[in-house]
Amino acid sequence: MANAPTALELKDIHKSYGDLAVLKGVSLTAYDGDVISILGSSGSGKSTLLRCINLLENPSRGEIIVGDESLELKPAKDGNLVAANRKQLEQMRSRIGFVFQNFNLWPHKTILENIIEAPIQVLKQPKAEAIARAEQLLEKVGLADKRNAYPDNLSGGQKQRVAIARTLAMDPQVLLFDEPTSALDPELVNEVLAVMKELAEEGRTMLIVTHEMRFAKDVSSQVIFLHQGQIEEMGPPDQVFNHPKSKRVQEFMASHS
Amino acid sequence: MDLQGFGHLLISGTWVTIQLALSSLLVGLVFGLTGAAAKLSKNPIARWLATGYTTLVRGLPELLLVLTIYFGGSQLLMWIAGSFGYTEYIEIGPFVAGVAALSIAFGAYATEVFRMAMMEIPQGQWESGLACGMSRSRTFFRIILPQVWRLAIPGLGNLFQVLLKDTALVSVVGLNDIMRQSQVAISSTKEPFTFFMVAACIYLLLTAATTAFTMFMERAANPAARGNRG
Repeated sequence: MANAPTALELKDIHKSYGDLAVLKGVSLTAYDGDVISILGSSGSGKSTLLRCINLLENPSRGEIIVGDESLELKPAKDGNLVAANRKQLEQMRSRIGFVFQNFNLWPHKTILENIIEAPIQVLKQPKAEAIARAEQLLEKVGLADKRNAYPDNLSGGQKQRVAIARTLAMDPQVLLFDEPTSALDPELVNEVLAVMKELAEEGRTMLIVTHEMRFAKDVSSQVIFLHQGQIEEMGPPDQVFNHPKSKRVQEFMASHS
Repeated sequence: MDLQGFGHLLISGTWVTIQLALSSLLVGLVFGLTGAAAKLSKNPIARWLATGYTTLVRGLPELLLVLTIYFGGSQLLMWIAGSFGYTEYIEIGPFVAGVAALSIAFGAYATEVFRMAMMEIPQGQWESGLACGMSRSRTFFRIILPQVWRLAIPGLGNLFQVLLKDTALVSVVGLNDIMRQSQVAISSTKEPFTFFMVAACIYLLLTAATTAFTMFMERAANPAARGNRG
């Protein structure tokens, strides 16, 4: 997709907790329509990298560019970078969808209210328009009949599909998935992966931290293997899965197939 | 039953008690939320101030607080006004002193209730609000506070029950509440048992109404538990 415009660019992202360096300079570019899977063993920094993109975690060093806009950062007292411009951060976050491992739906709101909250509050959409869009999205994730239910009454797979619909309601430029199926019972994983696959086929730009190897191999345009906070190997799925250059990746693939 | 002509006096006293309790509740909730936010704040001075507030107020008898604010408050205000060259006599009325004392006390206990409730809310609730592009304050008011509220209502209901009964303390500085009006009635009729019983019944009615209202609020704040399965 190298001819498509850039959707997201990370330059030399570092992150340390005290003396512990979790990310040691990660750079990557996602072009429009790219689906990038980020693999690696636990502790490799995958989730931290994803959370640094929308500043849920404050990187220690680096640059984050969404579209052609660079996020303005300034150093804080603790040595990490924080947003220099609160409005810009909020605006950029509204363009970056984030799907959490634990869904993080809002339990005091119905499914429909969960989905229309941010479009109304942040994008200032008229309520009727937000509801119409939410209904389409619920239809898309197969949960139209749950609009008036509360999150506590849904299964994990249903919750994650609602969380995806909530994210899509903002019509984000980039979607970030942080181990979206890791908290699910095995039999519920596929319904979530099916929705994600559909999004990938629609040409949405996605970064996915996952342990679902077959899925990653199937839908990704690029695969990144992180090891100890650095990119160990990066390339199209065929290369990383079937012909990895790195010995570490070879071992990882051998133990995960 | 006109209670030898004192019925209207007790009704007006009941109304004063209700006004005092509700005003103190409203102001006290603001103190409690502010106190909890300060205790959980990153700012060490805010944390220190809030801890000082709850430790001090919870360690003092409410009666002392009422007397200090009613008598001491006037003196303090005049002293402050005096340093600006204002020398008129300033008096804090018993109602204002009562609201001040009771809301300060309520706020100190409510601080702990709100703090516990806020700590119960998972960090992920904040994160999903912020990740949508909501500001911290919008996330707090739209996402966090309604959930805090839901967890805090039972504890706050208890505190309000205590507050309602503590309003009787304000009768010592001359506020015409239920307690004081029944004493007025007793001093002319010489029937303490009758009027104390009447006062007791009124307080019981008020606390029973509070309990019912707390249960209603718990249900209203927790729609998911009503089993709405869409």
